Amino acid sequence: MSKFAKRAYLTLILFFLYVPIVVLIFQSFNAGKSRAKWEGFSFRWYAELFQDQAIMKALYVTLSIAVIAAVVATVLGTLAAIGIHAMRKRPQALMMTMTNLPMTMPDIVTGISLMILFTFTRIERGYVTMLLAHITFNTPYVILSVLPKLKQMNKHTYEAALDLGAPPSYALLHVILPEISPGVITGCLLAFTLSLDDFVISYFTTSPMVQNLSTLIYSKARIGIEPTLNALSALMFLALLALLMIVNHRAGKTAKA
Amino acid sequence: MVEKEHLIDLQHISKDFDGTTVLDDINLYIRKKEFVTLLGPSGCGKTTTLRIIGGFEYPSAGKVLFEGKDIVGLPPYKRKVNTIFQKYALFPHLNVHDNIAFGLKIAKMPRDDIRRRVEKMLDLVNLRGYGKRSVDQLSGGQQQRVAIARALVNEPQVLLLDEPLGALDLKLRKDMQLELKRMQQALGITFLYVTHDQEEALTMSDTVVVMRDGKILQIGDPKSVYDEPANAFVADFIGESNIMRGKMLYDELVRFSGFDFPCVDAGFGQNQPVDVVVRPEDIMIVGEDVGQISGVVQSVLFKGVHYEMMIDTGETVFKVHSTVMQPQGSRVGINIVPYNIHIMKPMPVDDPEGGVEEE
Amino acid sequence: MSQNLNLPAWLVWLFLALLAAFVVFGIISVKRSNGIKRSFFASPYAVWMILFTVVPVLLIGYYSLTDASGAFTLDNFKNFWDSNYSVNQLYAQMGPEYAVLIQRGTVNLGILLYSLWMAFLCTVICLALGYPAAYFMADRQLKLGSTLVVLFIIPMWMNFLLRTVAWMTLLEDQGLINTLLKSLGLHGAQLMYNDGAVLLGMVYNFLPFMVFPIYTSLTKMDGKLLEAAQDLGANHVHTFMRVTMPLSIPGIISGITMVFMPSVTTFFIPRILGGGNTMMFGDLIENRFLTEGNWNVGSALSLIMMVLILISLSILRKADPEGEGGGIV
Repeated sequence: MSKFAKRAYLTLILFFLYVPIVVLIFQSFNAGKSRAKWEGFSFRWYAELFQDQAIMKALYVTLSIAVIAAVVATVLGTLAAIGIHAMRKRPQALMMTMTNLPMTMPDIVTGISLMILFTFTRIERGYVTMLLAHITFNTPYVILSVLPKLKQMNKHTYEAALDLGAPPSYALLHVILPEISPGVITGCLLAFTLSLDDFVISYFTTSPMVQNLSTLIYSKARIGIEPTLNALSALMFLALLALLMIVNHRAGKTAKA
Repeated sequence: MVEKEHLIDLQHISKDFDGTTVLDDINLYIRKKEFVTLLGPSGCGKTTTLRIIGGFEYPSAGKVLFEGKDIVGLPPYKRKVNTIFQKYALFPHLNVHDNIAFGLKIAKMPRDDIRRRVEKMLDLVNLRGYGKRSVDQLSGGQQQRVAIARALVNEPQVLLLDEPLGALDLKLRKDMQLELKRMQQALGITFLYVTHDQEEALTMSDTVVVMRDGKILQIGDPKSVYDEPANAFVADFIGESNIMRGKMLYDELVRFSGFDFPCVDAGFGQNQPVDVVVRPEDIMIVGEDVGQISGVVQSVLFKGVHYEMMIDTGETVFKVHSTVMQPQGSRVGINIVPYNIHIMKPMPVDDPEGGVEEE
Repeated sequence: MSQNLNLPAWLVWLFLALLAAFVVFGIISVKRSNGIKRSFFASPYAVWMILFTVVPVLLIGYYSLTDASGAFTLDNFKNFWDSNYSVNQLYAQMGPEYAVLIQRGTVNLGILLYSLWMAFLCTVICLALGYPAAYFMADRQLKLGSTLVVLFIIPMWMNFLLRTVAWMTLLEDQGLINTLLKSLGLHGAQLMYNDGAVLLGMVYNFLPFMVFPIYTSLTKMDGKLLEAAQDLGANHVHTFMRVTMPLSIPGIISGITMVFMPSVTTFFIPRILGGGNTMMFGDLIENRFLTEGNWNVGSALSLIMMVLILISLSILRKADPEGEGGGIV
């Protein structure tokens, strides 16, 4: 198969992936509301975006929950991974089953089960419950990022630290943590990303008062797309692009070093 | 036996793990400035014993006395011993200097003192100037020396070494063996060494402890363990041997391989089954008619230092080491000086032993 | 929500007992160790997971096996098989004249089968489109580098609701595609609120999840294997069929897993792009819970869904026992 054909195919697939995004971005500059007719270039929707209270509040909720959930999940998950790694076979297998369970459960079931839990225990659904839910589904991913790094570690490094006089907390902080830090960072970023994008679980564990971006978009989408959402998409895309470019650039730098 | 002389005393140490007995009533004492080696095949429990002394494992029963005090409950970071682990376990995120300084930093030593001590250590292990290097740039031998420096810089009373030379090539191993021995004698530290390499054990140790299946089979200085193995297993494990089933006719006369050999051992009773051990280098090859027994040379291997020949007498196949070569297929005679025949109580029949058979 | 009144005391006591047992166990292990026991670090996590994962699942089980008053019943599951179950029971009790009206409702079952079918189609399409894409991406001769991978990743990271909603702009009756068709003089087409639109949305969302595991397992493959095959006389087709494809199977399995499961359980895509015309299982469950308020039937349906997923996962796992398939994590 010729190189040209291969490249053409890939281009087609990429085209398919990007068409809606490109359309969105174009529409965000459309001065009018119509979805099919171009009515002139305008930044109008961007301006309105920043003044839309609901969207700004949802943005705040999304970002704050993502940050807090990622941090808590990282701490909880890293400690858990260290603990699980030190366990004997049978308790270890049990913990891993429990860790894998939420990942094999469809998100709808996770969301619903948490909703039942909160209602059952009379906890008001809202910001806190959404946060708890996010921490719950993030932590297993952190564990799965950190465990491989622990397995790669020389199993005697921790003991060597103890042998040289370090109490366990010192050994944990100064020996184990530096070695597994790539895994911890990856886990943290992963958790952050998952939280940013989550819809289903947030949908079931929050109240109509507290919306994150995804639930907000859902409620608006059923009525009809607002052009401000297009502007939001365009901005998100740009931010993402910039972020990935930076990461790629830095990865390229360290590879050369 | 003055108690004070024993730096470390293991009393009735046993360890069970997941249902299997790893150590079975181990009793051992180690004196100051001694170089003791725990020698045995994999799984014999030697590493477990070391780790119990280091504090990384708990015995299921028994006491570990350090200078007379039971330290079983004491965690590793409070014991005055340091360990060199099998794959060195250097801290990858620290450079050579910081690796060595690790224990000193925890002891909150002033920075200048630390630097001085580390430099002295680097000199001692011949790594002067390597302080700033990162550990993954070092060769195996260099990493090994950093591990040694890292342990010794804390001036422990006892150094535990868990098969530290396993990953090195032959020449380097032999050089390091002499190095370690020299260091031990210069610093006056007690070394507890674990290995499965009997030659290593014989080269370096003051005392050899032969272990198998969680039990101690023999304790002694290298020469006595080599010359007078306590049983067939030790004989087979240490040095090469021919091991045969024989019958002790009466004192100083033993029958094996179809001949009655005079020997120097007594006290085994009359007509008792015994194990007989003869070292390959102790078998003399003579003319076919003048030997105690005779046989055919089955194979000849050139080993550099000597020739290794397998001689089949019909009853037994003997392994013989000699600097004189006998061609394959030739018939020769064999003589064994009585002093070189070692008799011991027979091991249970179902022991799969190396060495040859026959009665 | 009307369901929070059924608080069986025994459940609460059971849970408290579990917690107490765990704490006691923890104290014992701390005492027996002297600080070396790192395994205790995992206990906060264990408690968290019991509270927020194990207990909720148990609650689903509880609700699925009880009725609104808290009494044990299997009716919820019977309701799945026969969605007219409760009505039919009534008819049965009311006498022979009403027996005629008894008719098994296959609504639930029908929706489940429809969901499975759609998920299957989506998986097949994703595999058909995604395998070549992964293969070409991994092609060493094309030297595409990581920029292409990044380009693939970016859409994945954009909020998937926004991306799905974006298709509305394209597919609507007054949307871009129809506008384009009309301007060319062709008929407009009903592009939205049907199966096709939902399928399109699903493929669009899940395609990258098929591409990446396959790409990962292809790049992990040792290039020397291909050289060895060619050295032994295999041409390109042979090499692909006998070497590349079999070695990429873990990636394929992983991709299928990551596409099939969300496809069966999605409720957003059919709702937005399908309107009311294409109800899928996820839709159904959400409906039972939030619109109808019937937690018992909803829980039963959720349990059924979980069992289905577990079955399909274990089938898939048999095909890739070592779990070598490259995932995103």
